[in-house]
Parts: sequence; C-alpha cells; structure tokens
Amino acid sequence: MMSSDLPPVPPLPDGLVAVVKRDCPTCELVAPVLSDLHERADLTVITQDDPHFPAEADWVRHDADLALSWHHDIETVPTLLQVSGGVGGQRTVGWSRSEWEQLSGLDGLGRGLPDWRPGCGSLSVDPAHAGELAVRFSGSSLRSRRVELASLEDEWEAMWDRGWSDGLPVVPPTEARVLRMLEGTTRDPSEVVAVVPPSLVECTVEKVAVNAVMAGCAPEHLPVAIAALEAVCTDEFNMHGVLATTMSVGPVLVVNGPVAGRIGMNSGINSLGQGNRANSTIGRALQLVVRNVGGGHPGGVDRATFGSPAKVGFCFAEDEAGSPWTSLAESRGWRADQSTVTVFTGESPRILADERSRTPDSLTRHLAQALQATVSPRMMLGMDAMLVLSPEHMARYADAGWSRDRFMEELSAELTFDGDDLLAGVGGIAAGLPPTAAGQKIPKFRPGGLLVVHSGGPAGLFSAIIGGWANGPRGSDPVTREITP
Amino acid sequence: MTTVLDPTSEQAPAARERATRPESLAGLTVGLLDISKPRGNVFLDRVSERLTGLGATVNRYTKPTFTKPAPVDLRHEIATTCDAVIEALAD
Repeated sequence: MMSSDLPPVPPLPDGLVAVVKRDCPTCELVAPVLSDLHERADLTVITQDDPHFPAEADWVRHDADLALSWHHDIETVPTLLQVSGGVGGQRTVGWSRSEWEQLSGLDGLGRGLPDWRPGCGSLSVDPAHAGELAVRFSGSSLRSRRVELASLEDEWEAMWDRGWSDGLPVVPPTEARVLRMLEGTTRDPSEVVAVVPPSLVECTVEKVAVNAVMAGCAPEHLPVAIAALEAVCTDEFNMHGVLATTMSVGPVLVVNGPVAGRIGMNSGINSLGQGNRANSTIGRALQLVVRNVGGGHPGGVDRATFGSPAKVGFCFAEDEAGSPWTSLAESRGWRADQSTVTVFTGESPRILADERSRTPDSLTRHLAQALQATVSPRMMLGMDAMLVLSPEHMARYADAGWSRDRFMEELSAELTFDGDDLLAGVGGIAAGLPPTAAGQKIPKFRPGGLLVVHSGGPAGLFSAIIGGWANGPRGSDPVTREITP
Repeated sequence: MTTVLDPTSEQAPAARERATRPESLAGLTVGLLDISKPRGNVFLDRVSERLTGLGATVNRYTKPTFTKPAPVDLRHEIATTCDAVIEALAD
C-alpha cells in the first residue's frame, strides 16, 4: 500500500488537547476542568457533537466529520492528549484526577469531583458510524473498480446480469462490507494470494475479500478462504484441470485444528450439509473467486458433464475432539495445534449404510466393498477417495482399540483385488484392467490415496464416501495449507 | 444507488482477431495435437491421412496429460513450426 494513496491525516492542534462529546456524562462532569485547563495550560477542546460544548469559544473546535477523531484513533471520550507536530503523544482516557494532573503538569484539578470516572465511547467508533467512516477515510485504499448499480436496479438482479453469481443470491460487495471483511486478516489487501486459473490472473487479498462478502462469509472466515485458494492454485492440486474436467468433481475443503472451533464450523450433525455459515460460505467463496477472478464458467472452461452440488462449495470440519485417532491433517504431517485446510478433488458424498457390523473387521470389509465402487469398481489406482467415518462407525474401531494406522492397514488389505477378476471383458463388461494385470494383486488406491476424516452427527450407522478424480501428476493431488491470520 | 466493488479480474479482454484462414492446405504444415485421451490417436491417424492427401505436411504432437493445459514449450513449438493446428479435444 502506498501511503500517498490515502487522504492526508488532519493534524491535531499542538499542546494539550481534550476530545469530548456532550452526550457523555463524564465529559459533562469534567466541563469545569476543561475551562480550568484552557486558562492555565492553553487546552484546546475537540468536540464531536455539540459545537459549543463545553463553551462557545475559539478554543473549542468541532470535529463535525469526525476526521480528527477517526484518524487519531480516539476510542473513548474524554481523551486527554499531549500533541506535538500535529500528532498525539501521551494520552489518558476517561477522567482520572491523578492522570490528568500528571499529563498536564498541573495540581488541583477538579476539586469536588470524584477521583475517577470511566469515559464513554467515541462517536468515531460508534457502530452506527464506524463503517461509513472507514469507507470515507480509508476506502480509497481499495483498488477494485467501483461499479455503480443504478437506483432502479435491483441489486441481486444487477449482479446476476453481470455474471458474478453462481446462481444463488450474492451479498452486494460494498466498500463498507469489504473493509469489514478485510478486518478478518492481517494481510495487506494488495498482497497477491495466488494466480487463479483458468485465466491465470493474480488474485489479491482484496479480491478474495470481495468474493467472500458475496458468498456470505463473516470476516473470521476469510483466512480459511485465502488458505484454500492458495492450496487449489498449486500445480499439485491443478485447479485448471479440476474445473475443466467432464467429471463431476470440485474442491472439497476439510478444516482441521483450533480455527474450526473458533469460527464455529460444524463437524457434527449435518456437517456435510446446510445450516452452518462457515461450512456453507467458505467453499462458495473459493468457487466465486475461481468464477469471477479466474474466469471459470460452466460451459466455458468448466466442461463438467453433470457437475455436482459440491461445485457450489463444499467445506466441513473434522470432529477431532470426538475422535480416538489422529486427525486427517496430522496424518498428513501437520501438528494438532496448527490450523489447516486440506483440499481434495471430490464428487458429492454417497453413503455406506452398515447397521449390522459389531466388529471392526466386518465394518472394514463392508467399507472396502463400497470404496471399490468409487468412480468405477473396475478402475484401480488411478483415482483417490475420501472416507468420512461417522461417530457411530468410529465407535467400532474405538471399542476394539484400532488406531488410524491399523485401520488403514486392514482396509488396504481388503482393497487389494485379483487382477484376473477385473480384466477388460471379464463378466461381459468391456471396461476393466489391461491384460498385464492378469495374475497380479492390484490395490484400489495408491499409497496416501485414501483420505480418512471423522465427522458427522452422533447417531447414524453410516459413513460418507467421496469419490475422487485422476490422481498424481496427470490429475490432482490433495494439498494441505496452514491457515494464518 | 449502490456502489459495489468489481469481483472480477477487470481484464475484459479486447476481442482478438482470428488468424487469416488459408485458401488451401496444399504445401502448408498442419499440427495435430493429441491431448492424450484414449483412442485420440486413432482419430488423428485418419485425419492425418486426409490432410496428407490434400497436400499438407502433418506434424504430430502429444500433450503429457489431458487434464492440464499444454506446456508453454509445446505451444511455442507448434506456433513456430505450423501454419495451422487441429487439437483433438474430445471424449
């Protein structure tokens, strides 16, 4: 950010300055002190509301547009400051006889007043004004083109007409909303997050924030959306291919670590469904960036035969507290105290219902049957998958003392098949493995190609299976990124 | 009136003009780009025969994978050595 882009900071008058408003009982209380300080120490008063408070005098200046208060970070009235060169130095807030005497260097202030009274909120931080003031005084720091919607235009219709929506309503990204969204990150709005396919456009933090507003995100969701965008815009994840493929896949986002709880993500009942703001909007923000910044439109570069609801946005959290296992992120080399998002190229979830298995062995064999069918039961090694174990299914493994490693080992054994049974033409089906697979044992998934997560509500003997897409250098690898403020 | 921030790349591209269509393929070099979908080569073999019959010289190219855009080097090679290109983009 070039400082020259910002409006100049208006200087405070030098010397002793008090910022006050009449609509503050403490300011009223100290009105005699203000007059006393003017006479003895040449105090200047900046008043936020009544221009003649505490007196109609040339030493009382009206901060009518609150520019002084906003730029000099006045949060409380009264604030007493020592100003030098137009900039505030030492300051004290509220009324404290000892602090006011120390700051002014005078004794005997406010005889008859209580020793201490708290102040009131400054008008410049009043929620009724703060958004508007931020736009007025810092909005010019935003680089995006301003688009004026005519007064007779319905905002939703206007944004739809411009091609900015995935088909659902979007929140108008006004300057005030985008500035508020940007409070969710410490990153500079002009910082480039990623080069977004298919048009390979550099996307700034600000553009992510604009699209996050439209998606319905809260500011605290922004860092997750930024990390997810970084993750998909890598050569390993291959967002271009994921968008362009005829297969019905999109980025599936799994959030691990402390951030999930902090921003209220759902890892329980209906975790893969609707109803939680973070789950519903973070994945959508990512997809809107790909659409609007990257230029990826269905029928354009997006050639999916069916697409899927996952292409609107698919994001959920792992239930780590309720899991006896290490988390997905830990299995991928991250620490439990790190917040991460893992992106996986997946379809919509399907269910394996198993209400009869009482042993981990039975359930594992059944899960293997269902997992074999992802993409095609006759396709081996070429595609990854994600398995979302529900708490009731996880209980089978917890009761038996199986670790994640034990589970993966046993499941891998169940997911290894005789190539002879899956050869092209066997069973009267043309699709299948090449003749070289004859006599071979063939695993369904490559090492690391099955991602296992624990999530979902406490009742229901089901697990969810999310089929994948072409893996490795010829397609997409899962990618995990740390979520930073 | 509401003012919103443009969520797009703001790169509304100027319309690009198409290259001039050749009158005839005779004597020209035509690139055939196989995107590595199964049996794309079968289709391109036949296209190659027909183009050769029209007097064109055919250069064959293959993308490493159909899931990703052609590498820059490959695009450069095609652009600098061919007069026209046919990309077998299909399932």
